[in-house]
Amino acid sequence: MVDLKVNLGGLQLKNPVTTASGTFGFGTEFADFFDLSLLGGIFVKGITLKNREGNDYPRMAETASGMLNAVGLQNKGIDYFIDSIYPEIKHYNTEIIPNVNGSTVEEYIEVTEKINEVEGINAIELNISCPNVKEGGMAFGVSCPSAIAVTEAVRECFDGTLIVKLSPNVTDITEIAKGVEGAGADAVSLVNTFLGMAIDAQTRKPLLSTITGGLSGPAIKPIALRMVWQVFNAVKIPVSGMGGIMNATDAIEFMLAGATSIQIGTANFIDPQVSVKVIEGIENYCKDNGFDSVTDLVGALEV
Amino acid sequence: MKHVQDFKVKTYRWLNDENYILTLQGESLETEILPGNFAEIRVPGIADVFLRRPISILDFNPTENTISFYIKAIGKGTRQLGELQIGETISIVYPLGNSYSVVEEGKALLVGGGSGIAPFIQLGRELKKRNIQTTFLIGGRTKNDVFLTDEFSEFGEVLVTTEDGSRGEKGFVTHHSVFSGDFDFNKIYTCGPDPMMKAIAKIAGEKNINCEASLENMMACGIGACLCCVTPTVNGNKVVCTEGTVFNTKELGW
Ligand SMILES: Cc1cc2nc3c(=O)[nH]c(=O)nc-3n(C[C@H](O)[C@H](O)[C@H](O)COP(=O)(O)OP(=O)(O)OC[C@H]3O[C@@H](n4cnc5c(N)ncnc54)[C@H](O)[C@@H]3O)c2cc1C
Ligand SMILES: Cc1cc2nc3c(=O)[nH]c(=O)nc-3n(C[C@H](O)[C@H](O)[C@H](O)COP(=O)(O)O)c2cc1C
Ligand code: FES
Repeated sequence: MVDLKVNLGGLQLKNPVTTASGTFGFGTEFADFFDLSLLGGIFVKGITLKNREGNDYPRMAETASGMLNAVGLQNKGIDYFIDSIYPEIKHYNTEIIPNVNGSTVEEYIEVTEKINEVEGINAIELNISCPNVKEGGMAFGVSCPSAIAVTEAVRECFDGTLIVKLSPNVTDITEIAKGVEGAGADAVSLVNTFLGMAIDAQTRKPLLSTITGGLSGPAIKPIALRMVWQVFNAVKIPVSGMGGIMNATDAIEFMLAGATSIQIGTANFIDPQVSVKVIEGIENYCKDNGFDSVTDLVGALEV
Repeated sequence: MKHVQDFKVKTYRWLNDENYILTLQGESLETEILPGNFAEIRVPGIADVFLRRPISILDFNPTENTISFYIKAIGKGTRQLGELQIGETISIVYPLGNSYSVVEEGKALLVGGGSGIAPFIQLGRELKKRNIQTTFLIGGRTKNDVFLTDEFSEFGEVLVTTEDGSRGEKGFVTHHSVFSGDFDFNKIYTCGPDPMMKAIAKIAGEKNINCEASLENMMACGIGACLCCVTPTVNGNKVVCTEGTVFNTKELGW
């Protein structure tokens, strides 16, 4: 028997496989395809203080081995999540991790304070890296002082595990990682999407209403893997790694590079059952290679 | 219930060099498939096509476990789907989306064009079961763009318009004489290019007739998880792949 349990900054996960925010809805969208209780955790879609309609259509463009999105945090607000959505999903035997967003530090605080009151939620993911909103979002995550300020403020009002989601759209991701570690983050998750763009040469128009959007999928995997490796070597807090994971081998690579747990994003659109396959694949890899615990993989890259 | 399931390519029926009917066979089949439902098809054997492709379900056969699609090859994915080997495995996620609401009485007009006519086979059959007098109005550029009319004629009268007049009345569907004179339909269903559906919705509005349209927005997941496919409505942004694809045209503000 392989021990699949991992500890992500105090948050106990029954296995390292979680689903990435914005790509897995609130989980229920996938309930027809597999038992959600098999997952280590579900990072639910980005939540803000108030209802947000998101960006105009079109919000999606396919790219070589990936996609651009410009959803812009469409959601019904934190009260709706707590009153109407969480009661529907809390019975799943998995960690439900809200992805917290704001245009101002005050908004981040207000959303977090509300979540802090909810029984059963043990962690939040602080999204300071959304490239698709005009105010807030990535603006917090691309400068060290603002990343530190918002992390410190949220740390003060949250008792559970604080995971800060980092933007890859920076010169040196390790600086931001060290900054939020110092500000009280229990873990970091990376990467969010890369700022990108797509053009229709025939119409001479951008393919996204917002002109630029966030690139995800296998196209970003080598860069994401490099960043996970760099951050793993720069900080002591654990890393939740993601970016283009399509199968168990990809997930294992992220763990070898230093991720304690991994998140599956865009791959959910290609195969709604991919996350269970990744859990099985990781377990088999450990068996085949004589690892008793999946934690033995973390940072086990031989260099 | 939604499934992700492997099927095998059973047959192709080519209607011309870019329109075909693809029939797949599975070991089992979900039979709760409603008129307007679609599937997300994984295009095998081509690295360029990353995301699944949304395609309406044309028809299905529970005794043979087959499901079919009417596809117009307009790009790399829809071309590749026409070039698979018989017996090749293909994964689909289905059935997705809401459905047309089938009227229980009166007369129905179904207006379609292009690849948007696929849902009308199932819809026509359901209407016929309820003894609804059904008329199909199918538009195309030329007679070579008008398909499935033999199939539709099993369920009702078929009218055609072509832009060059090579079949049926000349002009766009909205110019057809069915809209002038005595117009006693109590329901219009439409599926096809947006400008066509908007024009039909406008006529429906003027005549104060209930009209439903099925949208074909760009989709990434098809199951309501990514929120890429939204459309603005009078009640805010709605998710086309789950809250649609069928909407009342009044709700769309058309
Ligand atoms: C709910 C739904 C039902 C559909 N039903 C059918 C059907 O029954 N038969 C059929 O032939 N087609 C149908 N379509 C359209 C079909 O999905 C697109 O033609 C297909 O995705 C194009 O893929 P491609 O790889 O061939 O094109 P690409 O090479 O990716 O692109 C070629 C062109 O197609 C356009 N395109 C790409 N994706 C879509 C899309 N989702 N909708 C419209 N245009 C698109 C692109 O903008 C581009 O201009 C449906 C679409 C939706 C959303
Ligand atoms: C459609 C879409 C919506 C997303 N929404 C969010 C979000 O609300 N919050 C967030 O932190 N990340 C969001 N992301 C980013 C993903 O969680 C993930 O960081 C990114 O897609 C990289 O992983 P992947 O390549 O496996 O998809 C979104 C990604 C996509 C594709
Ligand atoms: S395509 Fe993902 S929500 Fe509709």
